[in-house]
Amino acid sequence: MNFAFTEDQIMIRDAAQSFLAEESGSAAVRAAAASDSGFDAGVWQRIGSELGWCAIPVAEQHGGLGLGAVELVLVLEQMGRQLLCAPYFSTVCLAANLLTQCGSEQAQRRFLPAIAEGRLCLTAPLSSGADDWSDAAAQVQAYRKGEVWTLGGHCPRVPDAGAADWLLLFAQVEGEPAPALFAVPREAAGLKVATLAGWDATRRFSSISLDGVTLPAEDRIDDASRIEDGRVRAAALARLAIAAEQLGGAQQCLDLTVAYTATRKQFGRAIASFQAVKHRCAEMMVRIEATRSAVYGAAAFFASGATADAQSIECAVARALAADTYFFCAQEAIQLHGGVGFTWEYDPQLYFKRAQASSHWLGNADALRERIAQALIA
Amino acid sequence: MNLQPSPTDETFRAEVADWMRHHLVGRFASLLHRGGPGDEEADPALRKEWERELAAGRWTCVGWPAEAGGRGLSIEQQVIFHEEYARAGGPGRMGHIGEGLIGPTLIAFGSEAQKRRFLPGIVAGTEFWAQGYSEPGAGSDLANVQTKCWQEADGSWRVQGQKVWTSLAHESEWIFVLARSEPGSKSRHGLSFLLLPLDQPGVRIQPIRQMGGGAEFNEVFFDGAVAEAGHIVGKPGDGWKVAMGLLEFERGVSTLGQQMHFAYEFDLVVKAAQANGSAANAQIRQRIAQAWCGLRVMRYNALRMLSGGEGPGLKREALIYKYYWSNWHRDLGKLAMDVLGPAGDAISDDPRIRPLQQLFFFSRADTIYAGTNEIQLNLIAERGLDMPREPRPAA
Repeated sequence: MNFAFTEDQIMIRDAAQSFLAEESGSAAVRAAAASDSGFDAGVWQRIGSELGWCAIPVAEQHGGLGLGAVELVLVLEQMGRQLLCAPYFSTVCLAANLLTQCGSEQAQRRFLPAIAEGRLCLTAPLSSGADDWSDAAAQVQAYRKGEVWTLGGHCPRVPDAGAADWLLLFAQVEGEPAPALFAVPREAAGLKVATLAGWDATRRFSSISLDGVTLPAEDRIDDASRIEDGRVRAAALARLAIAAEQLGGAQQCLDLTVAYTATRKQFGRAIASFQAVKHRCAEMMVRIEATRSAVYGAAAFFASGATADAQSIECAVARALAADTYFFCAQEAIQLHGGVGFTWEYDPQLYFKRAQASSHWLGNADALRERIAQALIA
Repeated sequence: MNLQPSPTDETFRAEVADWMRHHLVGRFASLLHRGGPGDEEADPALRKEWERELAAGRWTCVGWPAEAGGRGLSIEQQVIFHEEYARAGGPGRMGHIGEGLIGPTLIAFGSEAQKRRFLPGIVAGTEFWAQGYSEPGAGSDLANVQTKCWQEADGSWRVQGQKVWTSLAHESEWIFVLARSEPGSKSRHGLSFLLLPLDQPGVRIQPIRQMGGGAEFNEVFFDGAVAEAGHIVGKPGDGWKVAMGLLEFERGVSTLGQQMHFAYEFDLVVKAAQANGSAANAQIRQRIAQAWCGLRVMRYNALRMLSGGEGPGLKREALIYKYYWSNWHRDLGKLAMDVLGPAGDAISDDPRIRPLQQLFFFSRADTIYAGTNEIQLNLIAERGLDMPREPRPAA
């Protein structure tokens, strides 16, 4: 048993840290968030083709690096810290993850190599709380007639749908107990994507509606033998990814606050020297390091290959802690920045909005704790 | 990162578990899950015998080097020992101050004669130790020690003053004392580190009754108490360095054992909630899940500590650990009593209730001893975040 990072893992983390500090600073985030697409296509292109981050969790046989949850978490932590605006989470942590965990072999061969090379942008609905995407599946119905599937329904919140080439959508099929997974081309007739204006502009959401969208048989991409466990594993890993982003965001809230309080003077001294301020920063650090232990631990646990249910609980622990820690640190950052913390110009507001928005993604902390309680108490 | 145990470690784990299964039985069975902070008054005589049982199996001082009488176990195996000991319900160790504090101090700073004289008694479980650091005026500000010591013409040392919060002094043969050897010196300068027998005319021990009713702490009064000439550790004036030296090496091998005990207490809380129906209450379920999250945090945090992070330097996970576990434990105590409800208010000897009441009361001390919450937050801000230091009096 060894809990230390390998040299390769440290290298990946450090590379992510320096690239994102350079390319996703405050001005870049604000510009990307205000743009039509919601992200900087040049940066996204470099992430895919130059840095190879999209290949991290993709198996080697599909052109990926074949790395695990630990490497993924280290990159996502830095993305969350710098509020990277890019369809990385939706393409890699939702779509590639779903393909890997419950896609058919054929579907994996079809999509994963292009994802790994950064040539394809995909997404999937971010369900509100179910462990297995059953709530997302309930929103779409699929009917088969001959070799053609017809999909109808409505998904209220899909991240980066405007940028996606393909949407992976769960759907209910009459007579089948488990949901089916479909790949729907962004340009499909009958698919409408309406971008939502969110307070958190660092991740763009859309609502989508499907009205008689027809697909060839090959666009049903689930592997029936793995969908039951696979969708639970995929939800667990996506939750862990969100937790890692939240951890990074919380860390940045603390770093911004420590830096600001060191320079802001009142009563003739840096406000960082007041114990009331020090203790609040220390409390942030305690919660951040606790969350860091949970996130890294859940990543190592996920990578060590436990049952889907155990992975689900371990990632729920990390995600519940991360959501609470992020919001706590974001609100403390605003308070300890004083008046400027409340302005548009200073960055705490960006983190505050992201902390609140992300607190719902794949389940809020209360729902996750109830899920944990069910496992512990029954 | 790799959470898979090695086959060697698994064999060792089985060996410890097997030994515990065969020895923590018969006359020792009454010690299951007993003793330890908050329950130190549970049959100390039998627990001392248990120390000798452990010693006979060579299970004391497992992390000490072989030349000091230990087993020289790797960090991983020490962790496994502590985990399996706690998992088996091994009683709180009467010898923990000797094994964990003064023994390692002597190994690092003691003379050869001191090692020869004192280490075997600790390993064998025949001599027990108390720690004489805190004083009425030296709590968080430990360097403000006022107990005096001076050397007589024959080379022996005399000690005059008072120590407080001295755990298990009434059950110990020896005490190590931090005392001021340079009159007029201040703060961490001019202190010396002495070893004294407690059974002597110049020492008086007075128990302090705690809020939970027990009395495992004491006041210890020194009135010209004697330490032999050879029983000073380090040189006169080196006391602070000796007292603090061990903290630098502490990597928390026993923390995973401590967590096993926490997990045991957590299970008692869950069982109590299932038994009285409060497990159906949504708020109680939230708090139980939150406590579980804390257990997972502490486990992974301890693994981070033990893996040594990325080498020497700032250990953020070590810096937050005491604050984290003590506050978690205190919250668990409150949750336990809220789960018990009115049944928790009646003084009880029910093994399903008594440990939870002890937890509730004694965990209030967790956030006070070994660095209060407030001191911990200062340390975290100053060492972890490089924020300005609290003003300190000039030495």
